[in-house]
Amino acid sequence: MSDAAATLKSLPQSGGFNNSPLAQWVKANLFPNWWSTVITLVLTYFILKFLFGALSWSLFNAVWSIEGTDTEVCRELKGIGACWALIAEKHRFILFGTYPFQEHWRPALVIVVFLVLYGLSTVRALWNYWLGVVWAAGLLSIGILMWGGVFGLRFVEQERWGGLPITLMLATFGIALAFPLGILLALGRRSDMPAIKAICVAYIELIRGVPLISLLFMASVMLPLFLPEGLTIDKLLRAQIAIILFAAAYLAEVVRGGLQAIPKGQYEAADALGLSYWKKTGFIVLPQALKIVIPPLVNTFIGLFKDTSLVLIIGIYDLLNAAKTSTIEPKWQGFSIEAYVFVSIIYFVFCFAMSKYSQKIEAELSHTHKR
Amino acid sequence: MASIPRSRPAPPSIKLSLSDPVVRAIVFQVLVVGGVALLVWYLVSNTMANMEARKIASGFGFLNREAGFAISEHSIDYSPADSYFRALVVGVLNTLIVAILGIVLATILGTIIGIGRLAKNWLISQICSVYIEVMRNLPLALQLVFWYYAVILENLPSAREAHNPLPGVFVSSRGIMVPVPANDPTYGWMLIACLIGIVGTVLLSRWAKARQAATGQQFPMLRAAAGLILGLPLLAWLAGGAPTALDWPELRGFNFQGGGTLTPEFAALLIGLVTYTAAFVAEIVRSGILAVSHGQTEASSALGLKRGLTLRLVILPQALRVIIPPMISQYLNITKNSSLAVLIGYPDLVSIANTTLNQTGQAIEGIGIIMMVYLTVSLSIAAFGNWYNKRIALTER
Amino acid sequence: MSATATAADSRPMIELRNVNKWYGEFHVLRDINLTVERGQKIVVCGPSGSGKSTMIRCINRLEEHQQGHIIVEGTELTGDLRNIDTVRREVGMVFQQFNLFPHLTVLENLTLAPIWVRKMPKKEAEEMAMYFLGRVKIPEQVHKYPGQLSGGQQQRVAIARSLCMKPKIMLFDEPTSALDPEMVKEVLDVMIELAREGMTMVCVTHEMGFARAVADSVIFMDKGEIVESAPPTEFFANPKSDRTKLFLSQILGH
Repeated sequence: MSDAAATLKSLPQSGGFNNSPLAQWVKANLFPNWWSTVITLVLTYFILKFLFGALSWSLFNAVWSIEGTDTEVCRELKGIGACWALIAEKHRFILFGTYPFQEHWRPALVIVVFLVLYGLSTVRALWNYWLGVVWAAGLLSIGILMWGGVFGLRFVEQERWGGLPITLMLATFGIALAFPLGILLALGRRSDMPAIKAICVAYIELIRGVPLISLLFMASVMLPLFLPEGLTIDKLLRAQIAIILFAAAYLAEVVRGGLQAIPKGQYEAADALGLSYWKKTGFIVLPQALKIVIPPLVNTFIGLFKDTSLVLIIGIYDLLNAAKTSTIEPKWQGFSIEAYVFVSIIYFVFCFAMSKYSQKIEAELSHTHKR
Repeated sequence: MASIPRSRPAPPSIKLSLSDPVVRAIVFQVLVVGGVALLVWYLVSNTMANMEARKIASGFGFLNREAGFAISEHSIDYSPADSYFRALVVGVLNTLIVAILGIVLATILGTIIGIGRLAKNWLISQICSVYIEVMRNLPLALQLVFWYYAVILENLPSAREAHNPLPGVFVSSRGIMVPVPANDPTYGWMLIACLIGIVGTVLLSRWAKARQAATGQQFPMLRAAAGLILGLPLLAWLAGGAPTALDWPELRGFNFQGGGTLTPEFAALLIGLVTYTAAFVAEIVRSGILAVSHGQTEASSALGLKRGLTLRLVILPQALRVIIPPMISQYLNITKNSSLAVLIGYPDLVSIANTTLNQTGQAIEGIGIIMMVYLTVSLSIAAFGNWYNKRIALTER
Repeated sequence: MSATATAADSRPMIELRNVNKWYGEFHVLRDINLTVERGQKIVVCGPSGSGKSTMIRCINRLEEHQQGHIIVEGTELTGDLRNIDTVRREVGMVFQQFNLFPHLTVLENLTLAPIWVRKMPKKEAEEMAMYFLGRVKIPEQVHKYPGQLSGGQQQRVAIARSLCMKPKIMLFDEPTSALDPEMVKEVLDVMIELAREGMTMVCVTHEMGFARAVADSVIFMDKGEIVESAPPTEFFANPKSDRTKLFLSQILGH
């Protein structure tokens, strides 16, 4: 940064504002030379204009609620002010789908349980056997809350589930159940046995080569044909199966990267001590491999979380689909932007938090490896 | 002492016992393959029974039947009287058009943003950073429906009140209309001239390299290439009478006629795919540039190489090594993500195959066709990527 | 030097008879003949690429030989997995790169194999681990992770880890080559003490001081063959082959 150094040298040596660290930083990063100065000024103008426009649309001129069913007020302000009244009226539908109104506390609680589970899992100090137990208990309680039928809770059939809990469930169960399959596929792909390797390679390349949409179609349309007469599985389960099979192939490649990164000496030391293949894999290889690949694992989970939005293609009311259908009613037609901004915030918060966590873990791992 | 054997002996014979690793491996594989085969047989027999019961036809004979549905955008001639096969071909072409355009535009936009992220001006780098974070953390499906429904359908004016930013260019909720050059045989000749120019450039560069190796003289290859690839078509254009006729879009009734049209569906899909993927490309480019250590630039300057040569001979080859594999991955992703077209009604392969399988009831064949096409494209791109990686891999001890 | 076993005590611990190994077309071990009696310490030296590491790695089947016989304590090493398991339980190995398990504490590194392979109860395994950690003189490191230890400490933990399996034979594959010079002595001291207590050892190393101190026999290998083999005093004073002389001049010169 010789520009900055030259700038610093040219500043007067007296004290005062011009010498403060802030002024120096501003000079170096925003106005180092005339060309950059021009860009800064032009950009600042546009950014301020954009910010002002966005703020006036979303805050100053916005309509926050309406009387009865009259949306004329909103329509008059279309393009000038946001119609947050849509969210005020429809937020329950977007978040929970067609779940019975009085029971909304149940999916809301489910969302809280998910958040708690995710939060606990990020604390390294808690990474032990008990976390697995907590997860199992958490997932069980989610099932009980959503279905009901026991403990005096009213039974709610799966067709009425919708919104954010569906998104969370599809993503979480997807990754959790895909994990063991993915690990087996990764181990199989590195095996010396040709038949095992061929099956694993074929599965992984086939699933990774086709879009998720085609797998969702396959599950939705073909799964009923695969099952014997009389046995049916509902739409949500079909989507879940497709997502699990999809995630397993991507997880397999991530785990395989970790397996390749383990130095050969670890395998040899385990062999020299007389450990069998499964003991060697379970005690020595996998713990190290999985720890190495936590950042790409989290990234895969973020991708899966976003991909759950595709289930709208088979008619499942996840968060995105619920937002989309919230503006179908004639009186609310034309206000899609407000609905999408609402769910964008939700998606963004989840994904951004996870990606920041992944970056933090990556930084930690690279520190410990340097000793 | 026995004499040292000359060549490697044959491997020992197998003893039939489970503690022989060869026997163990065979037994294990037989069990696994057998298990998988059993599962497959179970699913297939169920499927055949179910299809029988529901009177679903099977086989690919339906491909020759009349399709009976219209397709809103087709690059080759198509009418509802054409066969399902032709309809699917239209779908494949639509997918490829969107994928190729998407790849090109996303690469350009992503490279600009990636370099912007590394700019010294804090505002530029922050804006690029915000762009990348927002685009990567929102689902592509959400972005597509946003562009299509929220922006184009709901917030652009109707054709009669279309925006007119440039003469002949109209932006409305019916799409983007642009004037296109009117049909003229000269353009065919220009294309041929361009191809000749490319071939000529390749041959010329070979000759120039050989000459540099032999005599040390450098040849202004860049200018020569520009001359051939741009100049020859220009000559063809002049020779053809310099046609300048344009086909202008004109408002007739509720919509425009003539000119070229970018439908709302195509525009939304392309914009969504490009803006989304550009964010990932930006990160790839940025990490590629950062991967080349500063010492390389210093060493290169110390040798007296000027900035342009340093970039071309030292920095870029090393950066590309890091960039190309994940970039290929992104290209694959764009191709697969183009299947989201079915969400907004663009008639890509998935969309048309979906209509086909709904009409004929032959779900298995329909989905099989979708997967076959994508698999072929994916495996080709991946094979190309592997070949390229092997070719440029650094030889290490 | 043939093996006639009447009582188990007089049977050689390790026997290599006409062992040949190829990597593809490359003949890496040429007709190796070697016998190691109980309590003997053999030092193997030679230029890099001579096959010395390959040879000792064949003894616990980390590498496979294609021709000849390798017999460890009466068990012949063939493809039979039971034999391989038997041999690996009795033979301990110390690697140049230590190869400690970084995700386990020192204690867990030591007790893993005894618990899971010898099926020892946990308490017993931990007591034994503490004993051997004391033998290598770093008992206070018991709950640390390998990444927190110096190279010399890690290698001593690696030795202790092998000792916890109570092996009859210890193989050392250039144990001090990856260490900073000031840490070489602490590891060699442990190895010397082990030797003086009667352990059967085969050691690939360039540390000639160690060879002079404890070796019963020094073997020089070059290009896959055993060129010369003699007790240390004779080996260093009167090398017979020209190749041996050249090698000794290169490593003893400085």
